[in-house]
Amino acid sequence: MAQWNRSGYFRSSVSRDVNPDLEAERRTASFSVERLTAVLDGGADNTRTRRAMEAVIHRDPVFSREKQYFQSQNERYEAAVRKAVRLKEKMLQRGWTENRPETKYFYRALGGDVAFNVHRVFKNSILALGTDEQIAKWIPLAEKYHIIGTYAQTELGHGTFLRGLETTATFDTSTQEFTLNTPRISAMKWWPGDLGRSATHAVVFAQLYVKGECYGLHPFIVQIRSLRDHLPAPGVTVGDIGPKMNFEHIDNGYLMLQSVTIPRENMLGRFSQVLPDGTYMKRGSDKINYLTMIVTRVEMLWVEVIPALQKACTIAVRYSVVRRQSKLNPGEAEAKILDYQTQQQKLLPLLATAYALHFMNAYVNKFYSKGYTEIREGNFDSLPELHALTSGLKAIITDYCTAGAEVCLRACGGHGYSALSGLPFLYTKVAASCTYEGDNTVLFLQTARYLVKCLAAVHAGQPTPPSVAYLSLTNSRKCWVRTEADLLKPDIYAEAYRRRASRLLSTAAAKLQALIQSGAEEYVAWNRCTVQLVQAAKAHCQYIIVKNFIDTVEKLTNEAEIQKIMKHLCDLFALHGIFSNTGDFLHDGYISGDQMDLVTASYLDLLAVIRSDAVPLVDAFDFTDENLNSALGSYDGHVYQRLYEWAQKSPTNQQVSQAYESYLKPLFQGALSKL
Amino acid sequence: EALVLNDPEFQHEDLNFLSRSQRYEVAIRKSALMVMKLREYGIADPDEIYWFKRMCLGSCVEPLGLHFSMFTNALQNQCTVTQQDKWLPLTYGLQIIGTYAQTEMGHGTHLRGLETTATYDPATQEFILNSPTVTSIKWWPGGLGKTSNYAIVLAQLYTQGQCKGLHAFIVPIRQMGTHEPLPGITVGDIGPKFGYDEMDNGYLKMDNFRIPRENMLMKYAKVEPDGTYVKPLSDKLTYGTMVFIRSLIVGDSARSLCRACTIAIRYSSVRHQSELTPGEPEPQILDYQTQQYKLFPLLATAYAFHCVGAYMKKTYHRITGDINQGNLRELPELHALSAGLKAFTSWTANAGIEECRMACGGHGYSRCSGLPDIYVTFTPSCTYEGENTVMMLQTARFLVKSYTQVSSGQLVSGMVSYLNDLSGQRIQPQQVAARPTAVLINDPASLVEAYKLRASRLVEAAAKNLQAELTRRKSQEDSWNRTSVDLVRASEAHCHYVVVKLFTAQLSEINDAAVHAVMSNLCLLYALYGISKHTGDFLQAGILTNAQVTQVYQRVKELLAAIRPNAVALVDAFDFHDNHLGSVLGRYDGNIYENMFEWAKKSPLNKTEVHESFHKHLKPMQAKL
Repeated sequence: MAQWNRSGYFRSSVSRDVNPDLEAERRTASFSVERLTAVLDGGADNTRTRRAMEAVIHRDPVFSREKQYFQSQNERYEAAVRKAVRLKEKMLQRGWTENRPETKYFYRALGGDVAFNVHRVFKNSILALGTDEQIAKWIPLAEKYHIIGTYAQTELGHGTFLRGLETTATFDTSTQEFTLNTPRISAMKWWPGDLGRSATHAVVFAQLYVKGECYGLHPFIVQIRSLRDHLPAPGVTVGDIGPKMNFEHIDNGYLMLQSVTIPRENMLGRFSQVLPDGTYMKRGSDKINYLTMIVTRVEMLWVEVIPALQKACTIAVRYSVVRRQSKLNPGEAEAKILDYQTQQQKLLPLLATAYALHFMNAYVNKFYSKGYTEIREGNFDSLPELHALTSGLKAIITDYCTAGAEVCLRACGGHGYSALSGLPFLYTKVAASCTYEGDNTVLFLQTARYLVKCLAAVHAGQPTPPSVAYLSLTNSRKCWVRTEADLLKPDIYAEAYRRRASRLLSTAAAKLQALIQSGAEEYVAWNRCTVQLVQAAKAHCQYIIVKNFIDTVEKLTNEAEIQKIMKHLCDLFALHGIFSNTGDFLHDGYISGDQMDLVTASYLDLLAVIRSDAVPLVDAFDFTDENLNSALGSYDGHVYQRLYEWAQKSPTNQQVSQAYESYLKPLFQGALSKL
Repeated sequence: EALVLNDPEFQHEDLNFLSRSQRYEVAIRKSALMVMKLREYGIADPDEIYWFKRMCLGSCVEPLGLHFSMFTNALQNQCTVTQQDKWLPLTYGLQIIGTYAQTEMGHGTHLRGLETTATYDPATQEFILNSPTVTSIKWWPGGLGKTSNYAIVLAQLYTQGQCKGLHAFIVPIRQMGTHEPLPGITVGDIGPKFGYDEMDNGYLKMDNFRIPRENMLMKYAKVEPDGTYVKPLSDKLTYGTMVFIRSLIVGDSARSLCRACTIAIRYSSVRHQSELTPGEPEPQILDYQTQQYKLFPLLATAYAFHCVGAYMKKTYHRITGDINQGNLRELPELHALSAGLKAFTSWTANAGIEECRMACGGHGYSRCSGLPDIYVTFTPSCTYEGENTVMMLQTARFLVKSYTQVSSGQLVSGMVSYLNDLSGQRIQPQQVAARPTAVLINDPASLVEAYKLRASRLVEAAAKNLQAELTRRKSQEDSWNRTSVDLVRASEAHCHYVVVKLFTAQLSEINDAAVHAVMSNLCLLYALYGISKHTGDFLQAGILTNAQVTQVYQRVKELLAAIRPNAVALVDAFDFHDNHLGSVLGRYDGNIYENMFEWAKKSPLNKTEVHESFHKHLKPMQAKL
């Protein structure tokens, strides 16, 4: 009972007092957890920096998440604002700018649970779309939080399809002003973060009208609240859009503009301007606009999405070696639930996925940094490939992480549903990523459009960019696998994935071509092929991820033990993908039925191999207990004590409810005499 | 329905803007009111009570739910006549409100692992109840945290120094009059969860808490005053209750999916996006093939599960009649089937609700869509009343047993009778399904055959793998564990077959030609979509050729177009009242945007024009920088 009365809320990272079930798992690790962590961080130096930043956050009570699960929407919003303000102070104290690695680790440690993220998008959009004078005017104000900005694009009735937006900005030569209007309810700006309660300014996207002519969508800086008393500016109706599945710390807002006027200079004018006489001028390519989207997508994967799956795996795997249930062998103690094959089948492929995506993301970051520099220098050659790659990967990675977090939740039995497990929070938050920054289906179709073009280029004998070069390889007819061991050869499964991607794309493209040739309009034909095109884009992304995992493992030659376990994970990821989509691989007879039985056997054997390193593998993600904020997933494994202690803190146990006095007591009357 | 809709006291409130404590209070108020009204109107018929409740509570969760179901049920079925006379009137009169405390913090499915003890003391003729460890604290029972003053507690019975296994006891937990916990009792709410905000799921810890000997439920097992233990006769009868509860979950899977489909399909016909044809207005998003592909298979699934739910209920009632006459022959199969179908339907519905939510884009994520609430309320059914994987393995156990019977030359009956066909094939080396079959992809009956072949192939494969493991290892349990992934697959295939079969059978009962036509399309879509998602199984077993699989993909897309014109009518037919649907996006009148704006204005963050955070944090910071 000594452990019973532990009063410390978080002390496990430094505690020696670890649940013996968990301790046993760590003793048998086949590799050094610390070295794997360094590999994941891209070097031990980065690990040190990251930990130092996390320590700064965890030492400061302002950043505490202790009450998070008990807070109302109002309280969570307030906490997020408080954190954002404190974060700004810390950065100023230390002289860190937004682009410093330290700052990035800060955001990652906070898991995005802080206000004013869209304020950063506001700044980035001015930097990308504003003239030098506009940048000089607005950026210093925004840096100091003298103004807080938001990015108002999406409307109540319009999302992905930008041309459909209805907000208007009409130029008046006599006053030299734009008048902004929300012509009908579906045109209200809806969803922008930081808009509902915080923002004083917004970059508003509106259809530009000059002298009766529409020039399409343009960005305008609009003041929406007074800097004096924070009340809405004249003609502005603004508020919070109400409770959501999560993200309650963010005041996603609505904005209605009724004849709001702004000076001519407030149109962001790097790429187009309206001159005082009303002449519309366009200059340069606005393709750089895409870059803002790409930046946001790449960042969200690293800050929020992939860590969500890694955290969920950490919680579920640790809990699964502490939780015991039923007996595997009569006479023995109840078994750890991770020893059940069905539990391994739920969690271990996800663990492999978490690693696969981590490495994929590292690759994308490198690719992106290179492309970013080129594009800023005016060389747009890599833009289409970068755009297609990040679109598809954003879609597939958010799909994987969302589905995975949910599996982890349900793999923890009843306790997974308790908010105190941390899993409902992780799931409901990551689930939003499938629709924000581009709906996944739409994004897959963007990748598909690019792939169809590349395939046509291949047929025309033109060169193709590296990520799609595989389309020009010729296909072998049969897979030559004869034993289970053959399936553990990366060349073998990479080829199977390559062929599948190539085949699904060719089939979809051929169908598209056939429909067009039979007289269908191109857009009709496209819509009738979209289900297949999405499948092709997914298969392409899966191939890229498998290929990248293989390449990453090959490079780990200095770390023999780590390379070995990573190879197992890579095999598991690849074979699980085949096992879960057998039809795609069997379809054209490339893999035979007997070979597929070998895939299943090989896959199931791998589960048992990885089982013994499962806990060290999640430990290597190196999340602090504060960051996990889970009663089930703490490093020390004292699951039940923590659940009980945390439950006591629930307001339902501390506040008196009127329910008894008002409603129950009358029912209970008269029982005393009968008992 | 009209009774409730017109009663001002039941005016529907939007729970989305309330805290947990407030939501709990609203739920209690509604429950109390409902009990009074039922008395007032004299409603006693169970079906009428059901409809009345559904209207009163909407989709709301009821803290008194376990009192009406498990607590009352246990008293009715496990009490002696004397005990019934004492407890039932108090229960019906709600002078005591009870819950059913079985699950412990460290123990769920494996009942023998429960740790709570009840030790008999013959000196005082009392049981002493104890929660000896942290893991033994009762955890999760609904209504336990704040509402109940009694609980039926399951505990290991110790008498005369021996453990006699799990038994049920009536335990008072709160003081009559003050509602304070009794001395020796620690009770409270387990904190916030994924949904179920209105429910006070609770914990209960007992320290040397004494109850009289008469508080043990003694219809079956007994403890005499001197401590002598009298064994019960048979416990097979508890199967009946389990089958009943699982059939309710199957029905709930269907209903929840129906609600989600209603919202997503209505919204998709009101929402316009992008362009299909250059120059024309933005089309309804339901005209996009990808959107149809997300939603129509789910619509078909909702109808399919509706059939399954009806079938389960009917079968349960039929078999209950048999049981009362002592005929338990069909019970094992029904028990096994209900486990698998519970898992199969709840897994599918769970994923389907989320698909519906994501198909509504960003707005699906807002609580005004109602979809987050449907999801969080439904999703625990994958775990409660038997964790789904464990349920699938129960069905698998029955399938393997039937397979073994067939192998030894006996015939089996019921839904597994297809396994009988295996016996003729056994001498041949190739797989069962390798015989020539011509599956007609437009004929539901032929598709039922295809699903049957797939199920028999997977059952056989799992059974053979299990056999192979058994020859290599000593332990039964170990072999079973090493085959469990295969076994779950076999169960899923079996359940899938049953659903396709029941849906197809339902078609012949429809007389209206137009309804028949549209239901046939739905049934075909359900069957073909399922094949398209598991092509590997059908290809590997040689049930379908590559060319047929390509045809299946093509046919699925044609069916989407065929169903499109009737999609809204098909969800309108579910006939959910707007109050019950609880969704701005799914409103019958489709006026979503104005109503989203009205809804948002009620958000707590909008209570004041300037939020207090501005004065507390932003203003001081701006002054400093």
